[in-house]
Amino acid sequence: MPHVISIALIPLLPLVGFILLGLFGRKYFNKSAGFIGTFLLLVSTALALYTAYQYFFDIGKVNGIYQKLVPFKFTWLEFSKGVSIDMGIMLDPISVMMLVVVTIVSLMVHIYSLAYMKGEARFATYYAFLGLFTFSMLGLVISSNIFQMYIFWELVGVSSFLLIGYYYDKPSAVAACKKAFIVTRFADLGFLIGILVLSFYAHTLDFNTLIERLTSPASNEFKAAVGASFIGITALTWGLVLVFIGGAGKSAMLPLHIWLPDAMEGPTPVSALIHAATMVVAGVFLVARLFPVFSMSAPALYVVTFVGVTSALFAAIIACTQTDIKRVLAYSTMSQIGFMMFALGISGLGGENGLGYTASMFHLFTHAMFKALLFLGAGAVIHYIHSNEMKDMGGLRKYLPITHISFLIACLAISGVPPFAGFFSKEEILLAAYHHNPAVYWIALLTSGLTAFYMFRLYFSIFWGKQAHLHGEHHGEGGFAMMLPLLLLAVGAVLAGFIPFGHFVSSDGAALESHFHWQFSVAPVLIGLLGIFVAMWLYKKENDKPAKMAASLNGIYQTIYHKFYFDELYIFITKKILFNLIGRPAAWFDKNVVDGVMNLTGNTTQLISEKIKGYQSGKVQQYALYFLLGIIGIAALFIYVWK
Amino acid sequence: MNLTLLILLPLITAIAILLVKNATQVKWVALAGASAQFILAIVLLFAFNKERANGNVSQMLFELQYKWFPAWNISFHIGIDGISVAMILLTAFVVVAGVLVSWNITDKTKEFYFLLILLSLGAYGFFISLDLFILFFFLEIAVIPKYLLIGIWGSGKKEYAANKLALMLMGGSALVLVGMLGLYFSSSLKSFDLMVLSKLHIPTEVQKICFPLLFVGFGVFGALFPFHTWVPDGHSSAPTAGSMFLAGISMKLGSYGCLRVAISLMPEGAMQYANIIIVLSSIAILYGAFATMMQKDLKYINAYSSVSHCGLIFLGLGMLTKTAMTGAVMQMVSHGLMTALFFAVIGMIYERTHTKQVNEMGGLLKVMPFITTVLFIAGLCSLGLPGLSGFVSEMTIFVGSWEHTDTFHRIATIAACMSIVVTAVYILRAIGQTAMGPLKAGYENLQDARWNEKLAAIVLLIGIVAIGFAPFWLTDLINPATELIMQKISIIK
Repeated sequence: MPHVISIALIPLLPLVGFILLGLFGRKYFNKSAGFIGTFLLLVSTALALYTAYQYFFDIGKVNGIYQKLVPFKFTWLEFSKGVSIDMGIMLDPISVMMLVVVTIVSLMVHIYSLAYMKGEARFATYYAFLGLFTFSMLGLVISSNIFQMYIFWELVGVSSFLLIGYYYDKPSAVAACKKAFIVTRFADLGFLIGILVLSFYAHTLDFNTLIERLTSPASNEFKAAVGASFIGITALTWGLVLVFIGGAGKSAMLPLHIWLPDAMEGPTPVSALIHAATMVVAGVFLVARLFPVFSMSAPALYVVTFVGVTSALFAAIIACTQTDIKRVLAYSTMSQIGFMMFALGISGLGGENGLGYTASMFHLFTHAMFKALLFLGAGAVIHYIHSNEMKDMGGLRKYLPITHISFLIACLAISGVPPFAGFFSKEEILLAAYHHNPAVYWIALLTSGLTAFYMFRLYFSIFWGKQAHLHGEHHGEGGFAMMLPLLLLAVGAVLAGFIPFGHFVSSDGAALESHFHWQFSVAPVLIGLLGIFVAMWLYKKENDKPAKMAASLNGIYQTIYHKFYFDELYIFITKKILFNLIGRPAAWFDKNVVDGVMNLTGNTTQLISEKIKGYQSGKVQQYALYFLLGIIGIAALFIYVWK
Repeated sequence: MNLTLLILLPLITAIAILLVKNATQVKWVALAGASAQFILAIVLLFAFNKERANGNVSQMLFELQYKWFPAWNISFHIGIDGISVAMILLTAFVVVAGVLVSWNITDKTKEFYFLLILLSLGAYGFFISLDLFILFFFLEIAVIPKYLLIGIWGSGKKEYAANKLALMLMGGSALVLVGMLGLYFSSSLKSFDLMVLSKLHIPTEVQKICFPLLFVGFGVFGALFPFHTWVPDGHSSAPTAGSMFLAGISMKLGSYGCLRVAISLMPEGAMQYANIIIVLSSIAILYGAFATMMQKDLKYINAYSSVSHCGLIFLGLGMLTKTAMTGAVMQMVSHGLMTALFFAVIGMIYERTHTKQVNEMGGLLKVMPFITTVLFIAGLCSLGLPGLSGFVSEMTIFVGSWEHTDTFHRIATIAACMSIVVTAVYILRAIGQTAMGPLKAGYENLQDARWNEKLAAIVLLIGIVAIGFAPFWLTDLINPATELIMQKISIIK
């Protein structure tokens, strides 16, 4: 069995960092916070790598199939018999892979931030938040219980909120962090209700038991979940789609994507860690975790495919027009996650059919490398030029040689040029799509071309084209701490593709041989190269072709530039409907109607007592008169009414 | 363990406060008394758990009974189960924090602290009473001081608020009294004793009349929609510690009463009216949350959000499942701690900025990191972040509510779940405007929390985190008690 303590320490060490730096950082560790956080994470990373080695090559495989191991769990909160939130560790190929990805990217970001965030007043707080995030994300991936995952899911949400709002005195950052939290919270409502639905039928919250019960057609739980339906859709599908809404919110899928571009208000290393490599793929991970159950419901998988493929295309189109380099990368992230999503959606379970599953996880893995690299590279550029806007950049290849080379590698990787990492994983996704759903294949192919175009538009605008105006004294490329992660990730972006991924991660745990078909690769590579050449033609030298094109496509261009007016739609819904049509009337009703009735009762009582208080005058003659009248009245009653 | 200590200790403290000379001594005596209560409550928790571990399964532990008014069969009967222990702990936490945050009261310090301690006496007495008559007696002790606290030390429309609060709560008490007498005269034994009454079968017709009387009567205290309107005005006018006691403890007297008296004595009545309770509480949850969204005054924000959160308590009670009921009790404790913390922080902010309007603040994180961080945490607890107490209690209620399969309960549960989104909206709005953004001019020189304020916040935070991180100790405490109540209900089902 694996060593429980060494695995538990992987998430717990960053938590220690959070508590230590959060409580005492400002006072005692403001200078050394970075080293403390980085050191703790270095240990975590080493343990994660060791765990991965141990799992994949030693204990994980039984009879050629990777097992789901739960070396540790305890009951944290018991709702009723059998239904309880357990805190546990689950090791299976995807959770172990995620352990490695999260710790490595997080470590790179920790190192990078040593230089990037140097001199910040809240330096210790920054590292504390990074620790909290890393802890939550690691806890999320090793969850053995669906509610445990929900708990860490919320925690990554709040750490993302804290880090986006790190520059809290900037109104745009405040707006962005609120938006990110509220939009994902809205999606989490779906996740929560989905959990309630699934657990109600499965009578458990434990992942393994839940998957086992809901995937065996003979079990009573499965029969119940398929037997019950609401407006013609089975309870199982409802549960899965609701859970998927949660995943779509976190992974910024259409139409819940609006928070991601704004989230770029956070410090750039944070964007690299949270909004590119790790947290935003949580939705993909969630679907992958429940994939056996998803594969029991074709409609649910169809939803996943549809959302994934539309998000991929939609985001790629928008990315072509954005001018803020981080926003381009944000839309690119959304598009790539769309690829991972639909790869799961079109996948089957087991054997060759499960290629989509493997491809999705493979793309998640390689994407983490090159997207983190792109963001960190963008960070180096922003650090140098003090602007996010493309128009302030150009010709930087001479000043930032290391950044330039690593950025180019990442661009080639994401564009799917062989032999870089993205080529292999995207190839697998396209192959799976080609076999299972041709329509999806053609859209995905088009999107790959767009990807290559907008990435190289970005690349040429930053490093080529017109010469940027560099004012005043300029520091160098940013120290060793910033360059080291770039170089390491660049190595990853070159080599990660050669890992025989199917041997380790597959939908059923058995090794999946991936067959390389060079004939098949021709189309994607060609369309990628086409995208690159168009970008080169338009952006390598300064010219007026892009402006002319934008002018000639004015209406369409404006619509795309304004992101299809999604933000406006949301503002309309929240401001006009939520606040003006629901909130304001509710507040008014409470103040005037409910409270009004109470006040009316009070006032009426007062009025009546005001009227009748004159009768208590203290004059004996009056009392005697009332007394007499009373007697007469009662006597009259007795005589005439009751007889 | 002798439970009378819980009443004697505040009584001695209150008398000592009257005897000592100057304001400083008053404060220290009050703090010493509150700390002693705190320690006593913790000791009680351990003693209770030990007794249970030793295999004592009787419904109430540490029972004591003295004849008080034999002619009417009234006895001073006290005892506790897990639910009472949870409420006693809550009271102890809030009292210590309340005493600490009021450290700067200069006007009539002696009277102020006397009333605070008197309130805690009422609360402890209420939570340990097993006789309806003395339960009612302690309930009244907990009302009168509030009128004075708001009327004398309050701010804003304090006379209006104090009157409204006192009248509405008195109205609630009147209903409780009528319901209580109804129970007394209906039983052949003519008894006020909860233990005796719970063993009798109260006739169904009597339950039909007495259940709504008692439930609504206590419900007024617990902010049951539509009898919640004393909450916003009462809270916003009360002094800081007053709001903390009001929201943290007094409102819980109501929900505790609903459970202990109305539901556990009259399960048939509860079944009869459960759907009405669910409708009212679902309305309160969403409507309270939406009304909160429009508030601009921090105290109003928290008051309306209390209406929404207390709606969850009633929802949990109305569902009549064991899980939801446990969740409701957890929510009582959780909301008590959280809202006390919220009001404490609002008080600290108000003392410095002299405003409660969120749009007049901004960027306070820069000048008072401690206070705003606590505000953040209280807010996160309110919106149900895992790791803090709000999450576990809300989730327990949701899961418990989902155990019903029919559409009516499903809709109510989904409506209640929706509140987690609306809560996030108003909490982040409030925090975003006060703590974040550029610092408003004039606030550059504000001081961060002093020792007493820090200590108060930390005490409450410990409670919130202890439940949020390790909810099992609380559920283990509450579960046996709710199970006994549920047994009676399931027999009827």
